[in-house]
Amino acid sequence: MNYVTDRKRAAGSGSGRQGTHHHWQMMVTSMLLVVAVPAFLITVGIGFSGIQEDVTVYFGRPLPALITGLSLSVIVIHTMRETHAAIEDYVHGVAEKILLVVVTAFSYTLIAIGLFALAKMAL
Amino acid sequence: MADVNRGGRPLSPHLQVYRPQWTSMSSILVRLTGIGCLLLMPLIVIWLLAASSSANGFGIINGVLTSWLGSLIMLGGVWALTYHMLGRLRHVIWDFGFLVNVPASEKMAYAMVITATLVTGLVALFQFGVIQ
Repeated sequence: MNYVTDRKRAAGSGSGRQGTHHHWQMMVTSMLLVVAVPAFLITVGIGFSGIQEDVTVYFGRPLPALITGLSLSVIVIHTMRETHAAIEDYVHGVAEKILLVVVTAFSYTLIAIGLFALAKMAL
Repeated sequence: MADVNRGGRPLSPHLQVYRPQWTSMSSILVRLTGIGCLLLMPLIVIWLLAASSSANGFGIINGVLTSWLGSLIMLGGVWALTYHMLGRLRHVIWDFGFLVNVPASEKMAYAMVITATLVTGLVALFQFGVIQ
């Protein structure tokens, strides 16, 4: 016979007190992807060249730089959250926490490098 | 009572006991392509960084990306990115309350695979100079 009440047994095992926030964030970036992915593929596709000077001139223009910077950020943030959800499903305990931080750090580093490179070519 | 039958509850269907179907496979593939896109993104970011800062570095990364393996990986990335975007669009459509049934979901899964493949084919035609 277990003397802990049902209420107490349920407390702490379940809701992370974030409600549907993560789900809504996924919906937002999912909608943004519909614009960001074609924009990214077309813009980077046009700029893809083996000649370095062509690349720096192309991404030095405002529109390619802005479109690439924005779409890259949206795609990385979305796929970061996608990866977070997968980690939360299959990894638990300390490994889960560390992996979540690693993926987050990796993602924002990607964005920082990408924006730095674009800024350097554009300015 | 919550303590009734805590251990012997029926197991939800999972990968090893469930026959592969378009609905489950297309859903799993959305997650895999999402993670894949994040893992491939360094290639593009390093390419941008090299282009902005180093002739030597640009030569190396350009050589990697335009090798046959690099081209294949890039095309795989195009497929994954397009498929993932469409798969996520399907989630948005479901979330808004539309097409929440198996036949429509399967049709959307076919459309996701076909569209991603067509887009990848189109990119490949540009990549190999068949169309300019």
